[in-house]
Amino acid sequence: MDGQKHDRRAGPPRRGFTRRAFLKGSGAVAAATALVPGSRAEAQETGPKIYGPGPVPIRLRVNGEDREVKVEPRVTLLDALRNHLNLTGAKKVCDRGTCGACTVLVDGAPTYACSMLAIDAQGREIETVEALGPDHPMVQAFVEHDALQCGFCTPGFVVACTAFALRNPNCTVEDVNRALGGNICRCGTYAGIREAVVEAARKLKGGANA
Amino acid sequence: MLKPRFLSTAWPDRDHRVWIGHEVDRVDGVLKATGLAKYTYDINRPNMAWGKFLICPHAHARVKRIDVSRAEAIPGVRKVEIIQGEGEEILFHGDEIALVVADSEELARDGVRSIRVEYEVLDHLVDERNLDAIPRDRLRPGGRRRRGNVNQAFEAPTTLVVEGEYGIPMITHCCLEAHGVVAEWESEDRLTLWISTQNVSGMSGQVASAVEVPAGNVRTICEFIGGGFGSKFGPDRWGILAARIARELRRPVKIMLDRDHELLTAGTRPSGFARVKVGVDRETGKVLAWQSTLWGTGGPGGNGTSISVTPYIFTGIPNQSREAYNVRANVGPRRAWRAPNHPQGAALTMTALADAAAALGIDELEFFLKNVDLTDRPDVYTQELLVAADLIQWRKHWHPRGEGGRGPIREGLGISMHTWGGRPHNSECHVHIHPDGSVDVQLGSQDLGTGTRTVIAMVVAETLGLRPEQVNVQIGDSRFPPSGASGGSTTVGGVSSSSRRAATDALEQLLEKVAPSIGVRPADLKVSQGFIVDKNDPSRRISWKQACRQIGMNPITGVGRQPDPEDQPLASQGVGGVQMAHVAVDVETGIVRIKRFVAVQDCGLIINPKTARSQVYGGVIMGIAYALYEECIHDPITGRRLNPDMEFYKLPGVGDVGELIAHLMMGKVTVRTPDGREITVDYDEPGVIGLGEPPVISPGAAISNAVANAIGVRVPHLPLTPDRVLAALAQKGGLA
Repeated sequence: MDGQKHDRRAGPPRRGFTRRAFLKGSGAVAAATALVPGSRAEAQETGPKIYGPGPVPIRLRVNGEDREVKVEPRVTLLDALRNHLNLTGAKKVCDRGTCGACTVLVDGAPTYACSMLAIDAQGREIETVEALGPDHPMVQAFVEHDALQCGFCTPGFVVACTAFALRNPNCTVEDVNRALGGNICRCGTYAGIREAVVEAARKLKGGANA
Repeated sequence: MLKPRFLSTAWPDRDHRVWIGHEVDRVDGVLKATGLAKYTYDINRPNMAWGKFLICPHAHARVKRIDVSRAEAIPGVRKVEIIQGEGEEILFHGDEIALVVADSEELARDGVRSIRVEYEVLDHLVDERNLDAIPRDRLRPGGRRRRGNVNQAFEAPTTLVVEGEYGIPMITHCCLEAHGVVAEWESEDRLTLWISTQNVSGMSGQVASAVEVPAGNVRTICEFIGGGFGSKFGPDRWGILAARIARELRRPVKIMLDRDHELLTAGTRPSGFARVKVGVDRETGKVLAWQSTLWGTGGPGGNGTSISVTPYIFTGIPNQSREAYNVRANVGPRRAWRAPNHPQGAALTMTALADAAAALGIDELEFFLKNVDLTDRPDVYTQELLVAADLIQWRKHWHPRGEGGRGPIREGLGISMHTWGGRPHNSECHVHIHPDGSVDVQLGSQDLGTGTRTVIAMVVAETLGLRPEQVNVQIGDSRFPPSGASGGSTTVGGVSSSSRRAATDALEQLLEKVAPSIGVRPADLKVSQGFIVDKNDPSRRISWKQACRQIGMNPITGVGRQPDPEDQPLASQGVGGVQMAHVAVDVETGIVRIKRFVAVQDCGLIINPKTARSQVYGGVIMGIAYALYEECIHDPITGRRLNPDMEFYKLPGVGDVGELIAHLMMGKVTVRTPDGREITVDYDEPGVIGLGEPPVISPGAAISNAVANAIGVRVPHLPLTPDRVLAALAQKGGLA
């Protein structure tokens, strides 16, 4: 499962669901956080910061852009994305970290956005399914293998599967079965998902997106 | 169709199909996979308010006092509506007491938390598994049926009598998109309703009467729906309340159910339990007699599993005596759940018959083949049994019951069979061909994820000689011509018929316009790959674009309907299916794993095998879910549902479903039986038939039979959780 090769060669910093950015993020969360001013790490040095009650202005870095929103401190990252930034790709289903429909990348790591407060996501690199676009190999593979039906779990799956595939370019169906249990589909699209992930992993490894 | 036709609507034969019967990617796949598809839950309107419900925590109670003053005092709370107030009797955990509408979802929750309710808690019944323990006043007769003479059949010396008890508990739909709605008034009397529904064309009328405006003033929109499975046909309390309160507050109101509320209130599948006695002829292995007592609950109203599905499929058993009871229990009320009654019928029948086969000591496959003449479609089932047996390698892996080895992991095989109707629903379709060559297709239908959009695009593309991506399918809006609700596998037959006829009608008009410029009669023209071609001289042709330029200012509109008494039928009903499971059971832990699951399914003429196969996989996985994991668990002491969430309402993940094989019966199929007969069936001949329900029916029975084959004892009730497997083994006397 843990077959990633850390690519430490120098290169310009890249955003989005790229192999390099992903590995960099997931491999070195602390380093990534330290690069961003006003980050959580900085706040911790000066003692706990009090937010609220009532809406407070926060800045979220989403899909490479800084976005200002005013939310109550209790608002989750998922609700901030969906209700305040109108990024509705991540879905609200179980709302308590079980089904994976709200999966986004936070500093490169797949994260249940329903289980993180928006204020805690400040200073971190948030990537949502909207960053992928129609030509992304995982999106293409999901369509080609009909790995979706009603589509409500699909964005969460696409994000989680992309993160998994970037780490595991040579994954097998068995690997997919073991690794992707954190996302639930009710229509029953798992047969297509297995095929899609294995195929897209190979394309991501060799393709232009690497 | 009043004018005479010169084009036939008949489906092209196998050699002349460009799209139909070929694998086509779903047309809305990219929108869904990139997160850009907008579901009801994703609709955010300017100045929108949020509604949240307070639900009853008791299974049975009376509201003594309710105080909403503290909720009303919260800044940002705009409306508190008492739904069931003082004196009202509440019949199940999760029923709505009050609704709070506020400026944000968080404030609405604050409001709900501030409401104080005092209940008088009343006696409840939430456990209906033991018929003898259910108070008589909770039972309602569900019918009696008799045929032949069961006693005589049971008493004959050549009859082997096998008795058992079987059960399948209440489950829920657990649509990933919760039920919900966004209501917005354009003016005093014009309402737009975004609602997660399987019934776009039928919704406006249901809401309009409640808010006292003409139905035509209510626009229903549902472009994408995150699961329905039979639970989303009506506006529900939330739909009506959102509309009313949006008008009162003069701002849009959004209400989406929280997950617990969704699982408690928004639909259940009735339970079914049965005591069954089966009589089989020891010599011939034929089933002679069936006796059953069936009971179950569909909530406070009763309405458990229907007596019509015991026995299931094997309705030709000559001697039958059966009775049924409905249990009025304090549990969430039933709604149609994918293939209503059939999964219960299979789980209560195919298990009892497999137990009879095991008692006879004969191969389960052989037993079902011997008895297919007791069903309505012996040829189809014989073919499907033999095809499925090959795919699961039945002859290699089957062993007599309980002889699955001595180690801790025991393997076994099991069979189930099913049927469904899938008749076409009513549908009207308009096909507009524009002067620029673009094509719009409009129907007030909906795509539940079954691939409806794609099927419509393929049918119209086939008819007009275009590619599916050149056809703009517009559905999900009540402003389009009405189509039936998507339930009971009725959609694909309905919309493929109406869109085939509408496209044919439009094409006739186009050919009439362009024929003079080619110098032939319209009937001498055909379409082929983006061209309109002279049948007699294929060198005489014009491109689709050139042809459409001759249309003039206004588009051509073709109209098609299902049914159409003037036209031949393009769709019908009645399918079969056979499923086989290969399982591995750990007799030390009780854990059941699916090694391989085979589903063989017919459904008439298949438009898109790619999405059809997905329907079969989906049905099978949903079936594996209720066979092994899913169940509404109630606390017998408090009557509360214990798992209205997704942590403990268990659904399988990608690693829990084993290897899946979906095999579609398509075209003319000939199968040779073990006794040397040749059976041929033309599966395309009946036309298009729906597919959503059938594949979900058999997994419970097939897996239960496979587990019995593996461990040598029947686990009587689904789901086959480790505790139930271990209990069955213990009853048998420990490890097999």
